[in-house]
Amino acid sequence: MSVQTFTPRAFHEQAREALGNPQIRANFRSAMDGLMAKRRDSFGDWDLETLRELGASIRLRALARLPDLLERLEANCEANGIRVHWAEDGEHACRLIRELCEARGARSVIKGKSMVTEEMHLNAHLEAAGIQALESDLGEYLVQLNEQTPSHIIMPAIHLNTDEIADVMHDKTGIERTRDVDAMTAAARAQLRERFMAADVGISGVNFAVAETGTLCLVENEGNGRMTTTVPPVHIAVTGLEKVVEHLRDVAPLYSLLTRSATGQHATTYLNMISGPRKAQEHDGPEEVHLVLVDNGRSGIYQDDELLDTLRCIRCGACMNHCPVYTRVGGHSYGTTYPGPIGSILSPHLMGLEDTKDLPTASSLCGACGEVCPVKIPIPDLLVRLRREAVGEGRGNVRGAGAKRSRAELVAWKGWQWLATHPGAWRGGTAIAGKLRALTPSRLGPWTEYRTAPKPAKTTLHTLLKQRRHEEKDA
Amino acid sequence: MSARERILKRLRERADGPLEAPESEFAVVTGRGWTPEERLARFEHWIASVHGEVVHVSRADWTVRLAEVLRDKGVRRLALGRAHPVAAEARAALADGEVELVDADRDIESWRREQFELVEAGVASSQGGVAETGSLWLWPTPDEPRLLSLVPPIHIAVLDAEAIEDTLFDVMEGQDWAAGMPTNALLISGPSKTADIEQTLAYGVHGPRELIVLLRHP
Repeated sequence: MSVQTFTPRAFHEQAREALGNPQIRANFRSAMDGLMAKRRDSFGDWDLETLRELGASIRLRALARLPDLLERLEANCEANGIRVHWAEDGEHACRLIRELCEARGARSVIKGKSMVTEEMHLNAHLEAAGIQALESDLGEYLVQLNEQTPSHIIMPAIHLNTDEIADVMHDKTGIERTRDVDAMTAAARAQLRERFMAADVGISGVNFAVAETGTLCLVENEGNGRMTTTVPPVHIAVTGLEKVVEHLRDVAPLYSLLTRSATGQHATTYLNMISGPRKAQEHDGPEEVHLVLVDNGRSGIYQDDELLDTLRCIRCGACMNHCPVYTRVGGHSYGTTYPGPIGSILSPHLMGLEDTKDLPTASSLCGACGEVCPVKIPIPDLLVRLRREAVGEGRGNVRGAGAKRSRAELVAWKGWQWLATHPGAWRGGTAIAGKLRALTPSRLGPWTEYRTAPKPAKTTLHTLLKQRRHEEKDA
Repeated sequence: MSARERILKRLRERADGPLEAPESEFAVVTGRGWTPEERLARFEHWIASVHGEVVHVSRADWTVRLAEVLRDKGVRRLALGRAHPVAAEARAALADGEVELVDADRDIESWRREQFELVEAGVASSQGGVAETGSLWLWPTPDEPRLLSLVPPIHIAVLDAEAIEDTLFDVMEGQDWAAGMPTNALLISGPSKTADIEQTLAYGVHGPRELIVLLRHP
C-alpha cells in the first residue's frame, strides 16, 4: 500500500472517495454501531445527566483556574521529581523532546498512544534527527506499519478490517499470513516486547494531570502505556495544557465518563497514575520523568467565552462514534489529527481556518455529538460559530477568519435580505420568477448533485391565499 | 520572556475576562450503601465480565489454593516479593514444591530478559478493590515492583474481601490518596486486552493474558 496523505483542504474530495469505498463504509458502519450500543448499555443504571453535569463542572472549574492550576501542577510535579517543560507550539515541543532524547544519547523511542504527539508530527521530527520512534498501542502500531495516520482517536486502525491487517502483519513483519486475531496479537506482543526492552526513551500522552498531587493519569486497556512509562530509563509525558484537573478526586467521575463514553467499558484494564520517577529503594520504573505542557493554539481558544468550551474535551471520541457524517466518510477524510465533530471545532484553532474552513460544515447539525458529550460541550453551537468565523461574520478572533468568504455568496444573501424586507419588491419579484419559471437553471452547483433544482410555482402562495379568501367571501 | 511566562501571561490576561469556577457535586459517584454481600457480588460480576477469574479462598488455606492454581495453569516459574506477608506465606507454602520461585525485589536491569521471557506468573498483594467496576488497586512497592503485575503472562492477585469498597471515589477519599501519592498507583480491571483488530477482543496483548484473583475471606 502506498503512503496516503490527507489534508483538510481536500475534505470534499477525500470524503467523496471514502463514500465510494464500500470497504471503508462497512468498516466504520459496523464499528460505530457497536460502539453506540455499548455506550448506551454501559450507562444503563447510571444517572447519566447528573454525572455529565459533574464532569462538565470539573472541567469548567479546571479551565476557570487554568493558569493557577498549571503552576500548581508544575510545582507539585517538580517536588515529586518530574521535570516540567512548556512548549509554545508543536515545533517547540518536538524540539524539546528531541533535545531530551539527545541528552540521553537515545536512538530508539517507544511510544504509548498520544494524540498530541500526532498533532505535532513528533515521529517524523524524531526520525529526521536519526531517532526511531515506534508506536506500541496495537492499533497505532498497525497504522504505523501501514504508513498511515490514525482514523479515530480511540481506535486508530478502525478503518482496516481483519484481512487488511493480516496483509500488513505478513508484508511488514514477515510473520506467516493468518487471519487469526489471537495469533496476530501474540506476534505483535513478541515483536514489541523486544522493542520495549531496547528502548532508550518512552513517550506517552496524559489523560488527566492532577495539580493537587502532581500526578499523571493514563487510561488504557493494552498495558503498552504501563510498559512505555515503566520499562525505558526515561519517560516523557506530553500533554495539551488543558488536560489539567484540580483535585485527585476529580479523576474518579471523569474516568467513569471517559471509559463508558469511549468504548462502553465500566472501567479500562488499567488506570495508571504516575507521580514521579523511580525512588532510590525502588527496583523498576524510569530514572527520569518529564512532562511537556503544550500550548499550540490552546491559549488562543482560551481567550473567548464561547470557544473556551472546546477545551473541556476529554478525548473520548463519543462525538465521532455518534456522528452520521463521520460514520459515512471515515476519519481520514477530515485530513486532521482529530477527526469528527470535536476535530471540526478544534482543528481550525490548531491549523487556522484557511486550511480547515470546510470542516465546520461537515455536519448536519443533528445534535447527536452535543447530546452524548460526557462534559456537555455544545458542539453544534461551536460548529455554527466556526461557520460564521469562516465567512467573516464572527468575532474575527480565530486564525484565518473569513477564509471562506465569497463575494457572490455575500451579494446573494444581501439581495435576499433586501427582498425579504421589502414586501412590494418581494411580490413583484416572485410574480416575475413565476412567469419565467421555464428559464430556471436545472444545475445549481453542489446543491443539484443529489437533488432536483427548485422551480418557482406558477402562482405564488400569496396569490393563492388571496384567491382563496375571495372565494370564501363569495361562498 | 520564556515560553512558560508567555503562556501563563496569555492565560492570565484573558480577552473575555476572568472566569468563575462552578462547584462540583460528587454525590453521584458515592453513597452506594451496598451490604458486604452486594459489594462482593458486584465485584465478582464486574471483574468476571472483563475476563478476570475469581477464586474464593480462606485466609487460613489460601496458599493451598494458590498451589492448585499454579498446577492447573502449568506454572513452573513464579515471580514474587519477599517481605510482604502475602509473598512470605506463599514462599513458605511453595518452598518444597516444583515451582521455581523468582525474586521480584531486584533491580529490573539485572533480570529484565528473565522476567520478560521466562517467568510464567507473578503473584502480588492488592491493597483493595472497587465493587462498582470490579477493579483492584495496587500501590507497587520495592518488594512488589510495578512490572510484577504487568510483564508475566499470568497475574495472580491476592485480595482480602473486606478491602473492597463501593466506588473509586470512595477509595480515593476514604484512604486519602491526595495526602501522598506513591510513585505509581494502579487500578486494574481484568487482564490486558485489545479490540484494535476489527473490534475482536484479544487478551494479553502487552500485559498478562490472565488475571486470577484469590479473594480471601476471614
